[in-house]
Amino acid sequence: MSTIVLAERLARNPWLQPHRIGLLAVAAALVASAALFMRWDWIPNYYDLALAGIWRTIWILVVTCALGMMLAIPLGLAQAAGPWWLAMPANAFCTVIRGTPLLLQLWLLYYGLGSLFPQFPAIRNSELWPYLRQAWPYAVLALTMSFAAYEGEVMRGAFAGVPKGQLEAARAFGMRRSTVFRRIWLPQAIQRALPTLAGETVLQLKATPLVATITVVDIYSVASRVRQDTFIVYEPLLLLALIYLLITGVIIFLFRRLEARIPSRLG
Amino acid sequence: MSAASAASVPAARPAPVEAIHVENLHKKFGDLHVLKGVSLSARDGDVVAIIGGSGSGKSTLLRCINCLENPTSGLIRVNEEEIRLKRDGHGGTVPADRRQIERIRSKLGMVFQSFNLWSHMTLIENLIEVPIHVLGVKRPEAIARAEGLLARVGLAEKRDVYPAFLSGGQQQRGAIARALAIEPRVMLFDEPTSALDPELVGEVLKVIADLAREGRTMILVTHEMKFAREVATHVVYLHNGLVEEEGPPEQVFGAPKSERLKQFIRTVS
Repeated sequence: MSTIVLAERLARNPWLQPHRIGLLAVAAALVASAALFMRWDWIPNYYDLALAGIWRTIWILVVTCALGMMLAIPLGLAQAAGPWWLAMPANAFCTVIRGTPLLLQLWLLYYGLGSLFPQFPAIRNSELWPYLRQAWPYAVLALTMSFAAYEGEVMRGAFAGVPKGQLEAARAFGMRRSTVFRRIWLPQAIQRALPTLAGETVLQLKATPLVATITVVDIYSVASRVRQDTFIVYEPLLLLALIYLLITGVIIFLFRRLEARIPSRLG
Repeated sequence: MSAASAASVPAARPAPVEAIHVENLHKKFGDLHVLKGVSLSARDGDVVAIIGGSGSGKSTLLRCINCLENPTSGLIRVNEEEIRLKRDGHGGTVPADRRQIERIRSKLGMVFQSFNLWSHMTLIENLIEVPIHVLGVKRPEAIARAEGLLARVGLAEKRDVYPAFLSGGQQQRGAIARALAIEPRVMLFDEPTSALDPELVGEVLKVIADLAREGRTMILVTHEMKFAREVATHVVYLHNGLVEEEGPPEQVFGAPKSERLKQFIRTVS
């Protein structure tokens, strides 16, 4: 009797099913062989640099997603409900940014604007110059515009998807247009967009290594540095993959938490 | 002589105030002339039922009263205050003063055919939304009042449930409670039972009948003829955008004069 109960409990535990046990064994073997047969002695030398790189990657991700989202809301609203003279430029912005490679935008901004600015004494002498002569403002600008364009399109659909009757009900009770937007339209649009936004944020994370091409030292460029210094190729790349995977896990986890707070069925 | 006739009128009760007054209302959607000069009046305590076939313009008439549709021309007074309209440059009108129309709307409790509860809010949040964010009621006060209203429509135990988890009848009763939460001067019902399964119609009509009994001023667009006959004090029959016949329910349903109304009553009953 008790053995049957035990067997049932084992069967129900998702970790102890036969195929899972097999997969866990394979994973353990991979990790063990990586630890035993590959070179990791370089890690202590690059510890501080790697931490700074991770921090910079996360920082760029958070800042560009936040700024991009702030731009995406008006971009989406203009396309979903704006007059043509707002909808058209918003649509044009989204189309151009989404239709060209991010790497190209990054280089156009950094090498284009970045080499144009110093020619103007007014800019050279301005308070902003200490920032404009660095690389990261161009990285943040390019990634922000990219996120804004993709999410502007997502928000357009999300705004359009909110049932018209609910907006009408809000108006029928005397809500001001700004109140309707703040209390009814925007919250529902964000809830609708949230599952898509989770995926888009992960994509944004995986777009951040491009900033290494304009001398911003993120975690990807640390891995490149290790390769150049030590001629060790695979180990830094494997570790890099693991780091991106972990950050992705955190992003997914945070969005799951957010989504769990939303009623599972929207009308 | 004039003094004698004045004395014969019961002096204790002043004439009820006219809550809704609609005069010569026209509404065009492009080339489609939906309302062709409709007039309507509801005094305090009146329950006006608007009936008519589909496409007769009855919903449009109701939606013009709170300017969810902008009338093409005509005059609308709510609580003896005229809604100021201005030309929109395309042959129609728009409210001249947005603040005025928002203030007037906040005194009209609208109930929709498709409920239109806000799906990202629980039932109680739906009820306190407008009192707090439009009327400036304090939150504890709004919640206390909303709980009372939910109990009244039989949804007290559903206060923290999202609309998607309620039946159609429960959603519509919730929507009626939401409209009552603003302490409206007039309730406007736009075919409140048309989207409901037949077995759920009764519970919603019962709530509306209770409101009628307590003397609430209401304008009701409906297909439920039996119900209209029971609760209405005045029935308006619309046909092709015009008032074909109107009067007390006994007269409209019992002794219709117009041939079209006779035919309409035969087909729906």
